[in-house]
Amino acid sequence: MTPDGRTSEVTDVDPEGQSEIERQQQYSDEPVSGQGPLRITGSGTVSPPAPTSTSLEAKPGLTVKLEQLRAFYGEAEQVKGIDLEFNANEVTAIIGPSGCGKSTMVRCINRMHEEIPGARAEGRVLLENLDVYDPSVDIVAVRRAIGMVFQKPNPFPTMSIFDNVAAGPRLSSRRRGDLRAKVEAALRGAGLWDEVADRLDEPGAGLSGGQQQRLCIARSLAVEPEVILMDEPCSALDPIATLKIEELIEQLKQRVTIVIVTHNMQQAARVADRTAFMLGGELVEVGPTQEIFTKPNDSRTEEYVTGKFG
Amino acid sequence: MSTQGASAERLARFAVSPARRRKDRLARTFILAGTVIALIPLALIVYYLLRKGLGAWSTSFFTTDPTGNTFFGGSSIGGIKSAILGTIEIVALASVIAVPIGIGVAVWLVEYGRGSWFAQTVRFFVDVLTGVPSIVFGLFVYIVLVVGTGSTYAGYKGSIALSLLMLPVVIRSAEVILLLVPGALRESALALGAPRWRVIFSIVLPTALPGMVTGVLLAVARAAGETAPLLFTAAATLKTNFNLGGFMNSLPVQIYKDVTSPTTAVVNRAWGAALTLVVMILLLNLIARLIARRSRLA
Repeated sequence: MTPDGRTSEVTDVDPEGQSEIERQQQYSDEPVSGQGPLRITGSGTVSPPAPTSTSLEAKPGLTVKLEQLRAFYGEAEQVKGIDLEFNANEVTAIIGPSGCGKSTMVRCINRMHEEIPGARAEGRVLLENLDVYDPSVDIVAVRRAIGMVFQKPNPFPTMSIFDNVAAGPRLSSRRRGDLRAKVEAALRGAGLWDEVADRLDEPGAGLSGGQQQRLCIARSLAVEPEVILMDEPCSALDPIATLKIEELIEQLKQRVTIVIVTHNMQQAARVADRTAFMLGGELVEVGPTQEIFTKPNDSRTEEYVTGKFG
Repeated sequence: MSTQGASAERLARFAVSPARRRKDRLARTFILAGTVIALIPLALIVYYLLRKGLGAWSTSFFTTDPTGNTFFGGSSIGGIKSAILGTIEIVALASVIAVPIGIGVAVWLVEYGRGSWFAQTVRFFVDVLTGVPSIVFGLFVYIVLVVGTGSTYAGYKGSIALSLLMLPVVIRSAEVILLLVPGALRESALALGAPRWRVIFSIVLPTALPGMVTGVLLAVARAAGETAPLLFTAAATLKTNFNLGGFMNSLPVQIYKDVTSPTTAVVNRAWGAALTLVVMILLLNLIARLIARRSRLA
């Protein structure tokens, strides 16, 4: 069974995607209690809602630039000097075999890497012009600007759906504004509102895997980040839930910069504007997704994307 | 497809051999016997507690202080009101001291200290503390707070002795539970831009709460039943006392004194008091479990 109770015998993904879009169109006309909800239309574009302080697309994404980024676990160097730029409002996929340092590299961007005992990073991570590793920079502010979605859906088990989404604004003790509107906007942004609107008080852990992951996306959206890092967000999900997340990524890039680590090369091909290939802690090649998959410059990239190793 | 004979031959190896069946039955019998043997003392304790203890129970048993007059037996000996209230007061204060400190230590060990040498040292001494006989805590408090200050016994000194006894139990149980909280939850909260202290208070502790309540209860139950740390710290008295600075009666000490009495009625009062203590701990358990269940969603 899929999150919304349909049997998962759909082999062709298109009808499923269609019905999802139809459903959203159908619901988008309904009056909603909160003001200025995001309207996501069938074409995948975001139509501007009435301007409010809680609307999510208020600010565009930011550019992230890595300069000679190195990451260590104790003495072991896992990321060996990477220069890479993630363009604003684009989806950049990071591909590469297991253990090549993809996740480590991504975790350096919002300074989650250093939460692991003995781990450290060197080099610079520039958010526009700001080095997030500068000693004067507040690590908490960095993480508010650069959200993260993890491999396994991990809603807070003690919290309801509403509280899960509200956790970000609440925990980061910033001025909260209208929490309800924020939660609704985030859930709409994550394409989950229609499925959970009537049961916001139920535990987040009671949702299906795919819904939980979209709940986690909504949770990170509620903090209104400019960049979202996704570390294999679909690897624990079935194909239909995966498809929903991919559609969501397509819509989210209107308002955030997205970096997605994935083992699934079809996924990279489907969602990413640009793709970077990593091997042994080094960046082998980066370019428009089309080029990486059809005419890569490096023979190792070609071997990897054609399935000769990895 | 093979012939029927051949397939029967191939299937023969799936049959359970009689020897295996015997071994299985034997093993099951042993395990069952072990369980029954372990349950016998428990059942006997409950049986005798109920049989002897219920006989001593009456309204006046709970509403009057012991009179100290044990020569005439019967109702003249009084009840155990001061002991019940004393135990509640002493243990409550001991919990107020031990639980926040214990959980604080556990949070530090798990969230901050991790594998540092200092954390290892703390862990080692907590383990040592767990094995210290309860009378040693009583002696320690007696030396430091009774003899050392040149003063006398007091309820709060008993509380301190009990809190020392509870501390390692609280720390160890809370630490184990905190370690069970998935690291992914901490990470995702940190990634939302939450400061570490907020992650601990809003995510880690609520997630660990039901388990920690169980650990705290174990500690409370252990402390409530201890006689030795109270004998020469809170001492004993007859009158109900709401001032923790004075002498204070308690159920274990009351029981201890009553069972050594030659008067049957007084010994029976000890049974009644023992049953009371068990019921109190049982009630506390039930209440805490209800609270813990309600606090957790689903």
